[in-house]
Amino acid sequence: MTTLLAILVLGCMALVFGAILGFASVKFHVEGDPLAEQVDAILPQTQCGQCGYPGCKPYAEAVANGEAINKCAPGGEDTIKKIADLMGVEPPPLDENHDTDNSPKVAFIIEEDCIGCTKCIQACPVDAILGTTKQMHTIIADECTGCDLCIDPCPVDCIIMIPIAKTPQNWQWDLNNIPVVQLD
Amino acid sequence: MGSVIERIKRANFWTFHGGIHPPEQKFLTTDKPIRAVSIPEQLILPLQQHIGIAADLRVKIGDKVLKGQALTQSMHPMAVPIHAPTSGTITAIKDAVIAHPSGLSELCLFITPDGEDTWQERHICTDVSKLSHNEIIDKISSAGISGMGGAGFPTQVKISTRDKIQFLIINAAECEPYISADDLLIREHSPSILDGINILDRILSPEHILIGIENNKPEAIKVLQQATANNEKIQVCVLPTKYPTGGEKQLIQILTGQEVPSGVFPSSLGIVMQNIATCFAIADAVINDIPLIKRVVTVSGQALQKPQNVWSLLGTPVGFLLEQCGYPNKDKKHIIMGGPMMGYSLPSDQVPVVKTTNCILAPSEQEISSPYSTGTKEVECIRCGQCSDVCPSQLLPQELQWSAKAKDHQQLDKLNLFDCIECGACAYVCPSQIPLVHYYRVAKSEIRQQKQLDIKAEHAKVRFEARKERLARDKIAREEKHKAAAQARKARMNSGTSEAKTEKSAVAAALARVKAKKAQQTQGSDSVAAQTVAPPADNEQKSQVSAAIARAKAKKLAAQKNVATYKSEPENKLDDVKPTADDKKAKIAAAVAKAKARKLTEKNNDNAVDSDLAVDDNITNEAAVLASQAEAVVPANDKKAKIAAAVAKAKARKLAEKNNDNAVDSDLAVDDNITNEAAVLASQAEAVVPANDKKAKIAAAVAKAKARKLAQQQDKLAATPSEEKTNKHVKSEST
Amino acid sequence: MAFWIASSPHNHVQSETSSMMRMVIYATIPGIFAQWYFFGWGNLIHISLAVITALVAEFTVLSLREKNIKAQLFDGSAILTAVLLGISLPAIAPWWITVIGVSFAIIVVKQLYGGLGHNPFNPAMAAYVMLLISFPLQMTSWLPPLELMALPLKFVDTLSVIFSSFTIDGYSVEQLRTHVDGYTMATPLDTVKTNLTLGLNIAESMTSPVIGENYGVGWEWVSAGFLLGGLFLIGKKTIHWATPASFLVSIFICSLIAFLYSQDTNASTLFHWFNGACMFGAFFILTDPVSGATSIKGRIVFGALAGFLVFIIRKYGGYPDGVAFAVLICNMAAPLIDQYTRPRTYGHNISSSKAGKE
Repeated sequence: MTTLLAILVLGCMALVFGAILGFASVKFHVEGDPLAEQVDAILPQTQCGQCGYPGCKPYAEAVANGEAINKCAPGGEDTIKKIADLMGVEPPPLDENHDTDNSPKVAFIIEEDCIGCTKCIQACPVDAILGTTKQMHTIIADECTGCDLCIDPCPVDCIIMIPIAKTPQNWQWDLNNIPVVQLD
Repeated sequence: MGSVIERIKRANFWTFHGGIHPPEQKFLTTDKPIRAVSIPEQLILPLQQHIGIAADLRVKIGDKVLKGQALTQSMHPMAVPIHAPTSGTITAIKDAVIAHPSGLSELCLFITPDGEDTWQERHICTDVSKLSHNEIIDKISSAGISGMGGAGFPTQVKISTRDKIQFLIINAAECEPYISADDLLIREHSPSILDGINILDRILSPEHILIGIENNKPEAIKVLQQATANNEKIQVCVLPTKYPTGGEKQLIQILTGQEVPSGVFPSSLGIVMQNIATCFAIADAVINDIPLIKRVVTVSGQALQKPQNVWSLLGTPVGFLLEQCGYPNKDKKHIIMGGPMMGYSLPSDQVPVVKTTNCILAPSEQEISSPYSTGTKEVECIRCGQCSDVCPSQLLPQELQWSAKAKDHQQLDKLNLFDCIECGACAYVCPSQIPLVHYYRVAKSEIRQQKQLDIKAEHAKVRFEARKERLARDKIAREEKHKAAAQARKARMNSGTSEAKTEKSAVAAALARVKAKKAQQTQGSDSVAAQTVAPPADNEQKSQVSAAIARAKAKKLAAQKNVATYKSEPENKLDDVKPTADDKKAKIAAAVAKAKARKLTEKNNDNAVDSDLAVDDNITNEAAVLASQAEAVVPANDKKAKIAAAVAKAKARKLAEKNNDNAVDSDLAVDDNITNEAAVLASQAEAVVPANDKKAKIAAAVAKAKARKLAQQQDKLAATPSEEKTNKHVKSEST
Repeated sequence: MAFWIASSPHNHVQSETSSMMRMVIYATIPGIFAQWYFFGWGNLIHISLAVITALVAEFTVLSLREKNIKAQLFDGSAILTAVLLGISLPAIAPWWITVIGVSFAIIVVKQLYGGLGHNPFNPAMAAYVMLLISFPLQMTSWLPPLELMALPLKFVDTLSVIFSSFTIDGYSVEQLRTHVDGYTMATPLDTVKTNLTLGLNIAESMTSPVIGENYGVGWEWVSAGFLLGGLFLIGKKTIHWATPASFLVSIFICSLIAFLYSQDTNASTLFHWFNGACMFGAFFILTDPVSGATSIKGRIVFGALAGFLVFIIRKYGGYPDGVAFAVLICNMAAPLIDQYTRPRTYGHNISSSKAGKE
């Protein structure tokens, strides 16, 4: 009899708590960012397509659906680590097909070589190239994401990638790398 | 509010949290007057010496400049001009190491003084009261005055505030050890300083003027009290000595009891602060028309034989000043610009004095030991909390330090890292000798960069989305246009007018022609070209259509030829097409050839890895293509020639790349490739010869480059033994 | 010619963590002297043994962790831990108590958590509690003051007791703890506690010979010694005043309230202050920066909480003294206390604070 009673009481308690928990999970449900959105926020938005997807958003969606997280070359190790943290997995090394050098760069058109074919303009994912048919093109450096998608289409190879120079404004307090020189 | 004023009048000031009392060491220089030093052999003037942006250059190399002449100019409020500190010649405008902790280089003007020290024409203002506010601000702005206390904020921006000003605070605290430049300036030039304060008083019309000065400068205090004795508005506030009293936020808190809210300027509280040296510069600029070209610099430190305050021209290399003060020639130098608490090490003694340089410190090894001689003494943080006890911003340095090491930017933000004024008090007291401020600076710059990257990424995303939308829109628009046009045509054809009839008949004729031509085509492509260029002279519309068809055919032909050439038939019929085709056709042909060439090279790259005979074949084909192409180009116009040249260049570059790849394999294929390439380029070069000058030049350059590359290749080949087996294999396949 | 590059600030107050540790060790001297004077050589032997064990343990772990042994072995922290534990052990506890305790303190409590600066608990107190729970008999065999002892205890006797449980003359620990009048003695705190359970009131307990004229023969002087050392440390600014002050005030308030409520069942405030590990804990244990709270506000909360817990344990707990337990509980609470006592950063939430001030 006592056993039965105990089971009954415990069962009732379980029911009550279960109901409370169920109610709480509905009532206090937190609408989180969908995973793809969160991944997209981490990606560097160069829209370079080096991951094999047409832009960062499609790759973010693919990652959310189980694509490998180590395909973002411009983001490099940092981005992989952040995505790994988000997904709760071990950060894998960068995909071997990619250049490990992800120092920020901007594209630059060697203007005397440009023949005005507009192919790079069509390739640029962020509309950072100005120019029209048979007119010399130029790159708006501030808008350029350094994706190097314009390099391949150029028939005369007049586009090069230039690393962004270190200036006192963007210097990162790296005291160990200050060149100590005597000028005279 | 009245109580605040009363409290100030009673000199019963507030206090700020924390603070430290480092050994002062001001006695090294306080007992000597400010010395005027001679003009150095060369002055180096960085274009930007303040917070903001550099102004635009107004002189060029070789220009003779007069003392006080503006060298840069700008209408931008955050741009402050610089002036020639003495008369002389601009000898160079180039990057040089600037006064910045990074030791990086920025654009500097190099002036070689002529020794005459000739002034430009000056307009000395005898009566300041006649000047309007705007005139005064203009004078201050064009004199290039920016804050001289350390940060270097453009003064005209500070004094152009529209806020109602209650307190004008003159900062004479000079709380850093060693520095006595302001002290000496007050003692020797108090009338000018007072003139400057009066000018600021006119512009800002504050209710009260407070001069904050630490009690370790008794003589300067006496001088100031005498000078301001008959001015009710000005009060000299003598403050207890404590570092960092001279910090803007700290001084405001001490004098008024108010805290400047995080992220806003003090002017929103009705407070403007100016450094006392800036007041002197303002007086000089407004009254004597002397722009900011010199300043008092404390040259101090126990390594010097004669530490003293000097009047230094801006742009004077630090080494020159040190020499004047008896700096021994040592193997290892530690030169600090600024005080020992907030100054930074210089990587060179050629760094020039700038507007914000108040001190140059050359300490002896006992005073400030080098981190290299002793090694880093940093040990683990034991959470003793001494750092948070002395932090004037009431931060938690030890927690910041952990988060900075862990790169936890969110936590750093929560701990208000950006309220850190980098005074260095925490690192000064830290028993574990952790370079706390350094960690914060690194973290700050990382966060700043991350923020910028985030902004840029967001921007790129927006632009990418916009582009995608635009492309989609264009596509829909195009489709709709096509649909509309088709419908219109249909409607027109069915309308039964004469026009429609002609159109209809034209279309029919065209269709018939196309059919006929198709039949002909089966007979042989050779005759096609001839036919296309002789269309039946129908009406205009018809001829246009036929022309279009001809063009399309030409394209097809070219494509066919590609196939042909791919099958390794060098005798293509491009020559037949060429004479009859018009300009446009030639261009198309060139473009096609270009495309093909690229495709081929791509193939070659793939093949090259296998290094079998296909490469060889391809290249031969390529050679043929290019030869024909080049020939085709000959009669064409200049533009075409240019395109061809560019293409050739591109190809040469690509070939070279490929060859490099092959060189690694170092088998015979490479050799073949090179020979082929040589043939290609030779033929191309030949073809180009009859063209104009430019083309010839390009050809020459290409040939040259090629020659060089060939030589390199051969060297490489010579270095690596060729593999007989592969060689044979290649040969057998090629036969 | 070369230039040095360094990050500002370029000068430094020239204090070092190791010198802080050394200062704390020096400050224990008056207390240790009093211990020696009243309780014999026992604690000195334990301290020496503890220091040697600590250095060996520290050396072993540091070499396993491939750390800079030279710099970290003599940074004073291991020695300080050993000294503190040596002080708190009963004078005639067997030698292996010290060895186990110190090894536990250094290896488990300190190094396994990441070494100096990373240990959440005070190593000495954690080891003490571990020993107290594991070896209650040995850890409660307190020696009465020498003047009350029936048997003389010389240096060799003490040494012999510690290493073999018997003196040269063959007396056991139990025999040593016997009063002249022939009964085993406990510490004053223990005496009071036991007497209360026996139905005796405080006034009657105070007549016990072990308490003597004031608050406990010997104990009061040992506490005074540690008070002196603590004041010296505060004077030297090696430790902050906030934690000991709030701890002592907290105990003062708690015991005063209790004393005023019922003088028969509650000992006086000064009895609490000058008995057990109160002074020692206030100035040498709670002030351990690593495991304590950081801000001034935090330290005050930390000390007050510890004081309250000590009183509660002494009054209601199963153990006569509760400093070690209180310290450990407060160590656990320290991060939370830190979290809630963050100072207001300059320029943030100005209006609310100003309103509070004015």
